[in-house]
Amino acid sequence: MIIRLGEVFLRTLGKPLVKFLYSLGDLTAFVVKAIYHCFVPPFYFKLFFKQVLDIGFYSLPVVGLTTLFAGMVIALQTYSGFSGFKAESVIASVVLISVTRELAPVLSALMVSGRIGAAMAAEIGTMRVTEQIDALVTLSTNPFKYLVAPRLWAGLLVLPLLVLVGDIIGIFGGYVVGVYKLGFNPANYITATFQDLQYIGIISGLVKAAVFGFIISMMGCYHGYKSKGGAQGVGNATTNAVVSSSILILIFNYLITEMFFSR
Amino acid sequence: MEKEIKIRIRDLHKSFGKKNVLNGVNLDLYKGESLVVIGGSGTGKSVLIKCIQGLLTPDSGSIEIDDIEIVNENPDVIDRMHSKMGMLFQGGALFDSLTVWENVAFDLIQNRGFNRKEAKIVAVKVLRQVGLTEDIADLYPSELSGGMQKRVGLARAVITRPEIIFFDEPTTGLDPIMADVINDLIIESAKDLGATTLTITHDMASARKIADKIAMLYQGKIIWYGTVKELDKTTNPYVRQFINGSSKGPIKVEK
Repeated sequence: MIIRLGEVFLRTLGKPLVKFLYSLGDLTAFVVKAIYHCFVPPFYFKLFFKQVLDIGFYSLPVVGLTTLFAGMVIALQTYSGFSGFKAESVIASVVLISVTRELAPVLSALMVSGRIGAAMAAEIGTMRVTEQIDALVTLSTNPFKYLVAPRLWAGLLVLPLLVLVGDIIGIFGGYVVGVYKLGFNPANYITATFQDLQYIGIISGLVKAAVFGFIISMMGCYHGYKSKGGAQGVGNATTNAVVSSSILILIFNYLITEMFFSR
Repeated sequence: MEKEIKIRIRDLHKSFGKKNVLNGVNLDLYKGESLVVIGGSGTGKSVLIKCIQGLLTPDSGSIEIDDIEIVNENPDVIDRMHSKMGMLFQGGALFDSLTVWENVAFDLIQNRGFNRKEAKIVAVKVLRQVGLTEDIADLYPSELSGGMQKRVGLARAVITRPEIIFFDEPTTGLDPIMADVINDLIIESAKDLGATTLTITHDMASARKIADKIAMLYQGKIIWYGTVKELDKTTNPYVRQFINGSSKGPIKVEK
């Protein structure tokens, strides 16, 4: 009886497990192939710059708004939590640390994943189901070099720049609330901010941004490339790209923080 | 004198999961000839063409193009084969982020070192050959009708003057007159280039018009092969049922 129950248990567990391992293997093979083609010519610079514009320039308003309000709300929350206790320097320092280390990279990446990861999956997915990717191959053009590599490079290189802009805007958001709402002295606030400026915090944020950018592009390309079954398939690919990149962003955020700051 | 074989397929097998799609296909395609593979939906016609193009890897068997084996060969060999081939896809498969002329000239710009100005001149010339005017060159594919998209697809397939051209359901989704125009263009371009062509279709009018030889694919095997004249005389019950378009006969269709 127990043996039989064990068999049933293993069987129920086995199928999803095999399926999971299959997907993991498939993803790994895709990632390895994609990275390989990032370093092997021909390189499509025009397509790379188009992606830089799409991922970077057109994401600026979204990233700017997100980090501005994040910085503002952190200043406000910290004030209510630490009121009366050396408020100026504490608030400046909390805003600086939370924005550069966590809020700017993570929130920007999540926003960009919704904007860009979804668009990539939808575009490449539509190309897949309308045989445009097959057409590329028959025209002697490798889809990994033409479609995937420019997106990966752009994601990897552009997100740190976006986050750097986000850092500045986020800190400015804290300053605006500190000075105009809480009535701090502007000069003192700025001095306090610069006093606490640590390069390790900013660098860790930028490293995170690069990894997140890579994850967003990789997930967008992977799910788009593997999509099948018409409009519904493309819809699923889009959802999967956003969900998987968001989860991976949060996991890698912890791992990179652990790498930089756990002592 | 024996005619030269351009594509030789032997014992080709391909399955997806438990479904055997190609079940031992043997087929010869002679140089300069137009072969049409007919067969119902889901008989493996598209899979066959994708295997020859290297878009799918067969489970076993052999495909030789100009006596060079391409099954399980490295990507360089297959890439070199692609430079000899052109393909008209069923839905056109035009790149919707590029304009019409950029689609047509894609291979010239990306792989053959043409600059954009030269490439556009050649593209417009080929567009004229397929009956399109210069003013659509700067439009995007989504702004064209189905018939025009097919013509652009044809222009893209023939611009590099390939030795082998594949046509995947070239007349599907077109009205009978436009279908006939496309048939004429296919015959003209193939004749002009002296190309070997492989067409898959279930449109018998189109098959009769463009074929030198016809092969019928059923349950993953070639069950009949011959000329158009032989097609009309054959007593093969499967072929008779297919060309008569009858629901009664040995071919069972799920209702």
